[in-house]
Amino acid sequence: MRPQTRWISLVSAWGAVLFLGGETPLVAQATHVGNVTGQATRGARLYERYCVGCHGPDGDGNGENAMWIDPKPRDFTAAVFKCRSTPSGSLPTDQDLYDAVTRGFVTTNMPPWVALTPQNRVDLIAYIKTFSPRWTGAAAPTAITIPPETPANIESILRGRQTFQRLECWKCHGPAGHGDGPSASTLTDSKDNPIRPYNFSSGTRFKCGDTNQDLYRIFMTGLDGTPMPSFIDNLQPNEAWDLVHFLRTLQPVKSPEALTWQNYLQTHRGELKPIGPEGGSQ
Amino acid sequence: MNRHLAPAIGVLALAGLAAAATDAPAARPAAAGTVSGTVTFTGTPPKMRPIDMSKEPSCAKEHATPVMTENVVTGPGSTVEYVVVYVSAGAPAGPAPTQAVRYDQKGCQYIPHVAVLQAGQPLDIYNNDQTSHNIHPLAKVNPEWNKSQPPGTPPIHASYDKPEFIPVKCNVHPWMHGYFAVLSTSHYAITGNDGKFSLAGLPAGKYTVTAWHERFGTQSQEVTVSEGGTATANFVFKALPY
Repeated sequence: MRPQTRWISLVSAWGAVLFLGGETPLVAQATHVGNVTGQATRGARLYERYCVGCHGPDGDGNGENAMWIDPKPRDFTAAVFKCRSTPSGSLPTDQDLYDAVTRGFVTTNMPPWVALTPQNRVDLIAYIKTFSPRWTGAAAPTAITIPPETPANIESILRGRQTFQRLECWKCHGPAGHGDGPSASTLTDSKDNPIRPYNFSSGTRFKCGDTNQDLYRIFMTGLDGTPMPSFIDNLQPNEAWDLVHFLRTLQPVKSPEALTWQNYLQTHRGELKPIGPEGGSQ
Repeated sequence: MNRHLAPAIGVLALAGLAAAATDAPAARPAAAGTVSGTVTFTGTPPKMRPIDMSKEPSCAKEHATPVMTENVVTGPGSTVEYVVVYVSAGAPAGPAPTQAVRYDQKGCQYIPHVAVLQAGQPLDIYNNDQTSHNIHPLAKVNPEWNKSQPPGTPPIHASYDKPEFIPVKCNVHPWMHGYFAVLSTSHYAITGNDGKFSLAGLPAGKYTVTAWHERFGTQSQEVTVSEGGTATANFVFKALPY
């Protein structure tokens, strides 16, 4: 049965390509990253070789390795993706998918596929877009705008700390960002699998990129398919940058923000109101 | 096979809808008929449990007695509340109303528990609480999104293009569960605690009437409405404790 479904997948990929030249609207959107154009047929062959073991012949995340893996491989038939530059509920851009394949996902079984050529990776993206009708005839999604970063000074960090309290980030991520907030133990993803909020003290990189811009994007667009909502409707860009600067102080790394924060704490620790249920808005 | 058939089925369904819409008679008969009935259950339904909101004191203090879960709400005479009853075939879809359906978060509960709306109709979601919620409708046919809504912020405006029964949850307050029932028809009703519903304004003809309940599933039956008459359609769900 499995070889058969695999064969059908290939046939469907051919079908998608045949349609590309025609007038029918039932076509997955074209795939471009930079000046590289993806081709689903080539992607299908690469998928068979590199991806099928976890993501499965039907792209539904039920490959033969899936039962041993946590978190579970992405189900491409649902077309719901964590790491996006686009608003919650939107498809990701081709660049988002390319970045995810290139970066891999730390703390999961998905490795960085840097060994594949850029053309290979773009072909793979063209192919995984054939697994869901959501890509069919859909307009190319638009990324959110990220204005230039504001200065990461102590005032910005303190404002970010207030935002962390006000938006109740601590309910899941915990008052100190240890991923141990009051709701943390109850969280499930959209497939009802248990999921943990990010623990900032773990020292691991973020799944969706490691720069301040990536961090900005993560909470502004949310991680679709998980409990992490989007905050773009509730934060002005300067407030979002403040939050980025504060979140950096929760990580055990020597970022400029963390050093500024350590210096501040040496003389002002007693002035801080606690974060959490007793925390005020100041 | 699902992946390849699904789009085709979707297209056929859409074509069917479009055909239904254009087949609408220009002038309806003066005396429209009604389908009414009662939804009941046999067997033992699961017991609803009191909700412990102590982790969210601002909501807990809004309730003198603990709020009960609402997955299966029954009334005297074995009636079932929150059953969506709608005409699933036989009536033209009709354009979506421009009037928004209101969905409230109050006391860390969704009010109403089940919001019924038409595909394309606006939906406004309000946070009346002193705490942040995240609205997470777990759509599968429509796009799944997840947005935070702190206290005092404006309503979230949403709408869904395709018919779907969408479970709604708040990840911060795991006891919060509700549904968006997105239908392609304007002929729908939701049962009250007495299990009763009434679908008015139906021209004489044959219809398929469907009843949906979040735990009991769906049931359909054929109903013939005479001009100005009232047809009866009662639904009985088999309840199993789990």
